[in-house]
Amino acid sequence: MNALTLWFHKIGSPPTFYRIAGALAPWLFGIAFVLGAVALYGGLVMAPRDYQQGDAYRIIFIHVPCAWMSLFAYAFMAVNAFIALVWRIKLSELLAMASAPIGAAFTFVTLVTGSIWGKPMWGTWWTWDARLTSELVLLFLYLGVIGLYHAIEDRRQAARAASFLALIGIVNVPIVHFSVNWWNTLHQGQTVRLMGESKISGDMVWPLLVMALATHVWFFASLFARTRVGLLELEGGKDWAREVALADGGGRS
Amino acid sequence: MKPGSTFAACTALVRRDFTLIWRRRGDALNPILFALIVVALFPFALGPEPENLRRIAAGIVFVALLLSGLLALDTLFRGDYEDGSLEQLVLSPHPLALLLACKVAVHWLTTALPLLVVAPLLAEMLNLPHGVLPVLLTALALATPLLSLIGAVCVALTVGMRRSGMLLALLVLPLYVPVLIFGAGACNAAQAGLAYLAPLLWLGAGLVLAVVLAPLACAAALKISLS
Amino acid sequence: MPEIDVHDRPALLEARRLAYARNDEPIFGPLDFVLHAGEVVLIEGDNGAGKTTLLRVLSGLLEPTSGDVLLDGEPLTLSKLSHQVALLGHQPGLKGDLTALENLRFAAGLGGLRAGISPATALAGVGLEGFADVPTRQLSAGQKKRVALARVLLAPVGLWLLDEPYANLDLEGIKLVNRLLELHARRGGAALITSHGAYAFTSGTPRRIPLRATHAPGASP
Repeated sequence: MNALTLWFHKIGSPPTFYRIAGALAPWLFGIAFVLGAVALYGGLVMAPRDYQQGDAYRIIFIHVPCAWMSLFAYAFMAVNAFIALVWRIKLSELLAMASAPIGAAFTFVTLVTGSIWGKPMWGTWWTWDARLTSELVLLFLYLGVIGLYHAIEDRRQAARAASFLALIGIVNVPIVHFSVNWWNTLHQGQTVRLMGESKISGDMVWPLLVMALATHVWFFASLFARTRVGLLELEGGKDWAREVALADGGGRS
Repeated sequence: MKPGSTFAACTALVRRDFTLIWRRRGDALNPILFALIVVALFPFALGPEPENLRRIAAGIVFVALLLSGLLALDTLFRGDYEDGSLEQLVLSPHPLALLLACKVAVHWLTTALPLLVVAPLLAEMLNLPHGVLPVLLTALALATPLLSLIGAVCVALTVGMRRSGMLLALLVLPLYVPVLIFGAGACNAAQAGLAYLAPLLWLGAGLVLAVVLAPLACAAALKISLS
Repeated sequence: MPEIDVHDRPALLEARRLAYARNDEPIFGPLDFVLHAGEVVLIEGDNGAGKTTLLRVLSGLLEPTSGDVLLDGEPLTLSKLSHQVALLGHQPGLKGDLTALENLRFAAGLGGLRAGISPATALAGVGLEGFADVPTRQLSAGQKKRVALARVLLAPVGLWLLDEPYANLDLEGIKLVNRLLELHARRGGAALITSHGAYAFTSGTPRRIPLRATHAPGASP
């Protein structure tokens, strides 16, 4: 076995992952906060006003990175779901299931910020434009995975069933997007596009990218924290888990 | 000492399922009644003006049939799960995907086909223009098997759960959206005088794919659920 | 360590360090045993000891948490197994709206028919000749069990996995089960049955394997 495979096996072992994730998570949260603050300052204060949309466009500095994360989280979940189903690796099961609520949260924020953006633009809180509608269906996909995971008692069977659903869902995401686009062209009166015609200037790009980085870091920080909890839940009877519990509890029984 | 042929097994399964439904044929009316009730609610909600109803008639019929089908999905595997027959199907020496495809086919024939027969009546209740009716029926004929096949995969994931109705609806909704968009969209296009062949072809393509892939997915999902 | 067998035939079914845990709670194992053609083995254990789970693992429906099951010396797969095993599970596997005979005809269509037997003769073989046209839901629990046994009789397989075959049966029914098991063994088949306790065969008792409920916290992975 070469060094890389050996390293993978070590990382995949629950106690090792628990330790490493526990050490990394606080740092990642910190980095995410700093990056996020920088990005927000850049976007809300430093970036110039858009000549078409005025200051209202500034919500994209949250909306767009969150939209990207909602898709990234789903892809991450799907990859781990595939590994979990084919090779039955416990850690992949937990990573997949932990990504679902984080992805759902990002999707929710995307929808809310999209809605907030829409209000000054078209005067309504909700519009059935292609992107928002696809995000709404994506939210339902996430909720379905989460719901199925929590509906089955056996944790590992639950993870396998929810992983299977996540894989079916990822086949569905492009189909939904395609069909919603067609649907919008059919009912032409309501077609609007969220990204305006204005070109995006350089001053606007860097806060966007920094925020994208911040959300990625935050995703992994949150993922590590959630997966640690999931590991303890799954491996509660094992020696390493008891040692952790005793150490944290300071000997209290 | 050899097992029977796969064809004989499928025939036996189809015959058994038809017999079981025939012995409870009163229940077979339930989806039709439900669809009628749903459709009847809309004039009460929106007012009886024919112009109002005409614009959304096709969409309402589609949604009504979709919801009826969703309610009927529960009966696909529940009976077999509760008396242990489902396990016997999984353990039989024949490809599970093929057996499940037979079950879904019988289920569609006994729940969706009656709905298709009633669809013209539902359309008439909502003043659908007569010229759109053939498009509606074609779209339904393509969409309902697709809904049954997709629904079967989701039911397989939740088989044996008590009170799985809400969860099942949550699981199928994202998967049903494209079917509904193309199916009802074709009818709306036809009603507006626009081209309607493309969405029907998309439905057809989806159906062909589903006929091949959904039984396999259903078998995999069942094996996960029964483990 | 596999048990030393006295029959000196190739092993039909072999379990090596077989264990199953659900939600990190051990259900049974590690278990080792060997089953040969012509043998009847009884898995004994109290309620909750994991007998049904063990049978489901052996039938291929469940994947073991650790260990192996070998069929004819090769790792078990569901497709291989389905041609060779009949499972009498926790539920009888019969449709209530069908008559006893219709249920057996369906089973014959699905699983094939053993040579020299038909649904009608199988029904007679379990003592239910007059009940061919009775809807199964009207039968008593013991009668349903007998119909399920008839289904197992029809299957053209060598290995029987029977979960609590004596449950719900009267004394006549228990003797019937033992008769069928002995006949099956003499024909070269094998059977693995679960029960709380054993009921004597006419020719000696079956080999017993005890299954104790294992709930040992802190077991290392």
